[in-house]
Amino acid sequence: MIQYETAAALRQACIDGQTTAQAQTEAYLAQIAKYDGVYHCYNTLNEKAAEQAAAVDAKLAAGEIAGPLAGVPVAIKDNLATQEMTTTCSSKILEGFISPYDATVVQKLQAAGAIILGKTNMDEFAMGSTTETSYTGATKNPWNAGHVPGGSSGGSAAAVAAGEAPLALGSDTGGSIRQPCAYCGLTGIKPTYGAVSRYGLLAYGSSLDQIGPMAYTVEDCANLLQVIAGYDEKDSTSTQGLSFDFTNALQNDDLRGKKLGLPKNYLGEGLDPEIEQAVRAACEQLAALGAEIVEFEMPMIEYAVPAYYIIACAEASSNLSRYDGIKYGYHPESFADLEDLYLTARSQGFGPEVKRRIMLGTFALSSGYYDAYYQKALKVRALIKQKFDKAFAEYDAIVSPVAPTTAPKLNESLSDPLAMYLSDIYTVSVNLVGIPAVSLPCGFSAAGLPIGMQLLGRNFAEEGLVNLAQAYQMHTDWHAKRPVLKEAE
Amino acid sequence: MSGYKNTGYEVVIGLEVHVELNTATKIFCNCSTEFGAAPNTHVCPVCSGMPGVLPVLNKGVLQRAVAVGLATNCTITQKCKFDRKNYFYPDLPKAFQTSQLYLPICRNGYLEIATAEGAKKVRIHEIHMEEDAGKLNHEAQSGSTLIDFNRCGVPLLEIVSEPDMTCADDVLAYLEKLKSTLEYLNVSDCKMQEGSMRADVNLSVRRVGDAELGTRTETKNMNSFKAIARAIEYEIFRQIELLEDGGQVLQETRRWDDERGVGYAMRSKENAHDYRYFPEPDLAPINISDEWLEEIRGTIPELPDQKQARYVADYKLSDYDAAQLTRYRKLAEIFESAVQLGAAPKEAANLLIGDCLRLLNAEGKEAADLTFEPKNLAELLKLVAAGTINKTTAKAVFELIYADNIDPVAYVKENGLEMVSDDGALDAMIDEVIAANPKSVADYQGGKKAALGFLVGQIMKASKGKADAGKVNAKLREKLD
Repeated sequence: MIQYETAAALRQACIDGQTTAQAQTEAYLAQIAKYDGVYHCYNTLNEKAAEQAAAVDAKLAAGEIAGPLAGVPVAIKDNLATQEMTTTCSSKILEGFISPYDATVVQKLQAAGAIILGKTNMDEFAMGSTTETSYTGATKNPWNAGHVPGGSSGGSAAAVAAGEAPLALGSDTGGSIRQPCAYCGLTGIKPTYGAVSRYGLLAYGSSLDQIGPMAYTVEDCANLLQVIAGYDEKDSTSTQGLSFDFTNALQNDDLRGKKLGLPKNYLGEGLDPEIEQAVRAACEQLAALGAEIVEFEMPMIEYAVPAYYIIACAEASSNLSRYDGIKYGYHPESFADLEDLYLTARSQGFGPEVKRRIMLGTFALSSGYYDAYYQKALKVRALIKQKFDKAFAEYDAIVSPVAPTTAPKLNESLSDPLAMYLSDIYTVSVNLVGIPAVSLPCGFSAAGLPIGMQLLGRNFAEEGLVNLAQAYQMHTDWHAKRPVLKEAE
Repeated sequence: MSGYKNTGYEVVIGLEVHVELNTATKIFCNCSTEFGAAPNTHVCPVCSGMPGVLPVLNKGVLQRAVAVGLATNCTITQKCKFDRKNYFYPDLPKAFQTSQLYLPICRNGYLEIATAEGAKKVRIHEIHMEEDAGKLNHEAQSGSTLIDFNRCGVPLLEIVSEPDMTCADDVLAYLEKLKSTLEYLNVSDCKMQEGSMRADVNLSVRRVGDAELGTRTETKNMNSFKAIARAIEYEIFRQIELLEDGGQVLQETRRWDDERGVGYAMRSKENAHDYRYFPEPDLAPINISDEWLEEIRGTIPELPDQKQARYVADYKLSDYDAAQLTRYRKLAEIFESAVQLGAAPKEAANLLIGDCLRLLNAEGKEAADLTFEPKNLAELLKLVAAGTINKTTAKAVFELIYADNIDPVAYVKENGLEMVSDDGALDAMIDEVIAANPKSVADYQGGKKAALGFLVGQIMKASKGKADAGKVNAKLREKLD
């Protein structure tokens, strides 16, 4: 069935003349029509997708484009600016908003011949770990529709898992690519900060946000990352002179000489034993391929979540201030004066989790508290970076769980935000430090829910991480499992 | 009584000056900075703060900021960064202004000003880079407010002085010096009317001898040097009267209404914003290399103070003349070119300071607006030096050079303005005037020396201003004494 093929297989089928970009795109649109009512992966569909696919077919026939994404459908998260579809961040305050420009990654996808299927659901402004804070309603996990897909890129993850897209773009501020990949049995990459242009990514935490690929396999992720990565003159925090080449990394399963660290304090208390078991089994697999696995202590992890939430919320409180109900998006019907317009638009336009984080961030930056909170969080961030630098002097990569549990049931996370924040414990350090990480499936719970692990590397070690993940996927088949979907009643 | 105008109080003033830099494009995008375009025609997603955009620093802004810092004796912060200043207002589409708080580009500088008590240093606390906001246009007819984002993202420098000024004259001298320095560096138009230079005045008073500073107010919205002087004078006496009546000065932001000649409170400290500054995460930290710093240092031209000293030394001009000429870069350029082309320095200075500045003033123009060629000024002064025309004629011809950049040699020739110094012609005119004014002649000869001046005037008139005045004087005395 076409819907469960990897992007690489789809591309090959096109090359072999077994299908066309247009036929593939139409097949995905049919799958979306059939299942999105159940899983709600998309906020908006690209009405021109089939038409654009036909145009790509013509270009392919003329030899004008080639490359691994030519003719391949892709879903993109609804926080990436697009001129052809609304960009809402799943928030009422951006209801109906059409961006006057395309995000750099969108331009790169189009130039590579990828067909954008639509904009995927997400936690409102990427604030959440379940995709339940979305104004458009929760996305369901294709492995079990009673569970969340994770978040905030839950719509992208569920779309791929449900066969509604072979590839997707997500964004990762504190784990928002990696955790939904773990919950949905997918592979995802959070690139090094600066590897992918953020121009056109509606910011949550500017110093933490990165756009990255989500797919079944690390090969597909690597191909997508290669297309979107690189310096962008519109993003001065993007890295000059960067270009990835994953060709070698994808062909080699010899891990001899690789030294991998397994932080023993990440395991044990607080971690679901099934997940610990799966991660340890994965380490054995990596060891069987020649890697040396060393258990060590990774200090400071207990400070990562508080530091992360202060920094992310502080930046968010500023980033989200522009949504004032005046220039675009939601505009209240009545208001008394300017101040009342701000109050009404923002009270009615933002959901409770977004308001909570704006208030947390505003408090952390306010006069008299800046040093105690924001400044201290920056110090913690610097210390955590030192610890990672030290670890990477020793190890080629760090192996870690992605989340302490498998996907929670719907409606059980939002009532206890603190518990939800703490579930980010394994993912947020990566964003604080800026390093890359690959999230990949490594098992299933007894309840049949996917389990993921992540591989962390030093800055710009994407090729090495892809190599590790590829070697693992060459010898395991967790990434090849597909859920049995539920049809709409 | 001592203190300011014998009030028993002394005045403490510090200035925050905003200057728009003259880069062709905005600070964080490629939109034009041109003034006066139709509303919202110089905007893009970046400067209008659309969701998802990122700023990219215009290097020309940094280069100009560094040049200003060097010219004002500042220390340059080679590793600096931007911060966000957060507040809600419709003219600020991102709801934060990208500015500098923690590591401003320049610190600890000074400018030297001339005061009645001699030269004085006004210290500069810091200079930082930031973006301008848009402009709100309130429409009286519809009652609605329209937003023009053209100015959004125009680069600004904020130059913050220490409270080293004690009267309006100090402030004007400081602003003049700052303005001419910026003009020399060619980094800003410095036009107050167009808002490319704006000054906020922080002012407090205290009894002479008090160690503690009084509570200060900040006055905004003055669009000329004259308005600033009036606003300062108003605020000094408002504060003194308040204190004399047993009241207290409130820390507040005030506006100046120049038409009515009064200041009024805008917002008090209680309503002051908490700007929640934090480092701008969307811009990479700035690192200015030693090489680039030296390169910029190399582009800094001779500044007003240096030029003034050189004019005194090289051209033997008075301090006053040298200061007047060097106040405006354009005026100094014209002077130097004219001298190089053979004009006598003192004569050139006299025409430029006496006539040229007077003509500019009358028209409300600035020296930067001058369009005539220095060559024509030089030719004119050479005609004077050669005795071809007299000074009266020279002044008249200069007005035409000023207005229409005419060629003085051709003009004098075409209009027959050459000085009359031919003895026969002069004697005839003098005899005629003596014959026609017997009373004045009698007065003079009776001891009323002033009558001679009248007679000279009559002779000059008869010659249509062309007579050689020195010769006329000598000849007249000869004939009457």
